Amino acid sequence: MYELTNISKSYRQGKRTVDALRGVTLSIPKGQLVAIQGPTGGGKSTLLQMLGALDRPSGGTVTLGDKQLASLGDRALARVRATEIGFVFQGFNLIPTLTAQENVETALAPLGVAAAERKRRASEVLASVGLGDRGDHLPAELSGGQQQRVAIARALVKDPEVLLADEPTGALDEGTRDDILDLLEGLWKEKGLTVVLVTHDSAVAKRAERRLYIKGGTVREG
Amino acid sequence: MFFTYLRRELAGRRRQTAIVAAGMALAIALVIIVNAIAAGVKDAQGSVLESVYGVGTDITVAATPATPEEGGAAGGPRFEFGAEDGATADGSTSLSQSRLTAGFGTSTFDAAALETIAGVDNVAAAAGTLSLTNTTFSGEIPDMSQAQGGGPAGGGTPPQGGADGAGGSAFGVDSFTVLGLDPASSAVGPLSAVTLEDGRGLDAEDAGQYVAVLDSTYAASAALAVGDTIAIGGSDFEVVGVVASTSADATTASNVYIPLDVAQTLSGEEGMISSVAVQAASSSDIEQVQADIEAALPDTTVSTQEDLAASVSGSLSTASSLVANLGTWLSVAVLAAAFLIATLFTVSGVTRRTREFGTLKAIGWSNRRIVAQVSGESLVQGLIGGAAGIALGLVGVLIVNLVGPTLTGEAATTTAAGPGGTGGGPGFGMQEAAASATEIVLNAPITPLVIGIAVALAVLGGLLAGAIGGWRAARLRPAEALRSIA
Ligand SMILES: Nc1ncnc2c1ncn2[C@@H]1O[C@H](COP(=O)(O)OP(=O)(O)OP(=O)(O)O)[C@@H](O)[C@H]1O
Ligand SMILES: [Mg+2]
Repeated sequence: MYELTNISKSYRQGKRTVDALRGVTLSIPKGQLVAIQGPTGGGKSTLLQMLGALDRPSGGTVTLGDKQLASLGDRALARVRATEIGFVFQGFNLIPTLTAQENVETALAPLGVAAAERKRRASEVLASVGLGDRGDHLPAELSGGQQQRVAIARALVKDPEVLLADEPTGALDEGTRDDILDLLEGLWKEKGLTVVLVTHDSAVAKRAERRLYIKGGTVREG
Repeated sequence: MFFTYLRRELAGRRRQTAIVAAGMALAIALVIIVNAIAAGVKDAQGSVLESVYGVGTDITVAATPATPEEGGAAGGPRFEFGAEDGATADGSTSLSQSRLTAGFGTSTFDAAALETIAGVDNVAAAAGTLSLTNTTFSGEIPDMSQAQGGGPAGGGTPPQGGADGAGGSAFGVDSFTVLGLDPASSAVGPLSAVTLEDGRGLDAEDAGQYVAVLDSTYAASAALAVGDTIAIGGSDFEVVGVVASTSADATTASNVYIPLDVAQTLSGEEGMISSVAVQAASSSDIEQVQADIEAALPDTTVSTQEDLAASVSGSLSTASSLVANLGTWLSVAVLAAAFLIATLFTVSGVTRRTREFGTLKAIGWSNRRIVAQVSGESLVQGLIGGAAGIALGLVGVLIVNLVGPTLTGEAATTTAAGPGGTGGGPGFGMQEAAASATEIVLNAPITPLVIGIAVALAVLGGLLAGAIGGWRAARLRPAEALRSIA
């Protein structure tokens, strides 16, 4: 699925440059569940940005399927994100003024799906994450676990190739964490998704097929 | 999605929406009110001029007033009573004399100028008028032979103003303005701006006839009606009509209107006129006509309606400059403040929603879609403000019109001053009819143009804020979505 060759990413901070990634070479086959661990500031989120076409590397190449992400323009990258990548965030990142149903529909807006079809697909996916009856609730009216379920529904409604999650359980208690992990694992198996999960939590990482450690911008298999 | 999101954002962030809309509403209401009042003041100036110069008068030609001669008996009519004048009864003499003279400060010029003006290119119509003042002096003088003091002798010398009650004399000076005009031409000139209240107007057959048309306000104050007789310059005129100004509350240019030729004869101003009303073929010709007349008649003052509007004095001109200066600056300032508020709130809203927009970008929203969303929100906020502003503005204008402030306008060039020698002492009953001071109730009109401007400003404000906010949103990195929740 992913081929990363000698990727580097540096950020300029005033006069200083921070090397968040230093020569990362990595291959992730289709359908793999990968956990990325590492100390804070190690470069986990930066690597996820490269995988998620959120940003371009300073050096090296990233291929997703047959696309060279490093050389695509902004519009093409947005298109890749809209069609092939589902994102789940630590803070859920739901739009606070939109209902659960509408939040899920935002993922279909860039795909030009007709309104009726959009509604149908969104409520279907919401039902599949166990929130069929919460479609018209605002995020503030839902628990953390429920909000993350809405976010997962939003990531999956487009039928992506890849699911990327940055600390998806970082803001949840242990019981809820396990529910969410069960859900993600179930979806991974069911849909044959490629899943990349960033986590601090060894309990989470244990459930992955493959574990990677990032420290100081370099990756090693764990 | 666009409309759902838009609606939810505006409803979900009511306070921001309300503040931005309120700022915009205030500014737009102010623009509407200032605009309406400015239009009302302009209308009022127009009707002052209209009542004095007539409808359709584009240019007025008057003699350039000569500087008064030093020590000359300037202006005021002189009354000279001979020894045999007046009727004597019970030892006191009643005197009465009526004079028709060119109005104080009015210079006359040869009526031949009319031909010259009519010959100028693009002159559609021209009518000459002669502005006169009729002054009647009447009084009683007791038998001077019985008077102890050395007061003025009974005959020969005119009564000097301060007759300090010499033996109980009583004098009255009564004056009114008389305008001689060509009865055949009614298209242009003072009588083109009046409505006939009673009787008839002057027509071509009245030339040479002793007929008069009265201003309704004057007719009422002098207790005269159609069919009555009025003494002008010592001759009796039949009142054939009463006219009123088309603009309510305004008086017409003169108290009394009589045929020009009669006026010229009675005042001794044979072949003279004091002013010519000129109508240009089209408004684009006015400048050329003015220049040509000035060249042809160097001794005259040629004024356009615009020049004359500047000469309208009184509270009307105060209001006019107040609206033009304070009103305009206030609207501009409040408008700028409203735009600034809208922009600042939109930008701070975008900053606050950094993670939200980052997330939308991360899940595939294009920059274009996000900019459209931000601009759409601002635009709708602007439009809500615009609608509220229009409502507020209409209420404001309604209040102005209900209060109906009265403005006084005076057209300076035809000031019909009272008779000369007004330094009257005891015993003088001055009765003066002011013909040119016009009272007008301000009526601020709402035009579609003003509403159009208001809507355009609301859209402009919304788009401005939206463009700046959208530009900020477009620059956000999608990776902002991953920022930890600080
Ligand atoms: N936008 C940025 N500008 C400047 N420096 C950045 C930026 N993003 C990340 N960095 C730096 O790059 C390094 C890697 O950051 P990254 O967010 O990838 O770490 P992380 O492993 O996700 O840490 P955490 O576990 O705290 O989320 C850090 O030193 C960070 O300060
Ligand atoms: Mg991180």
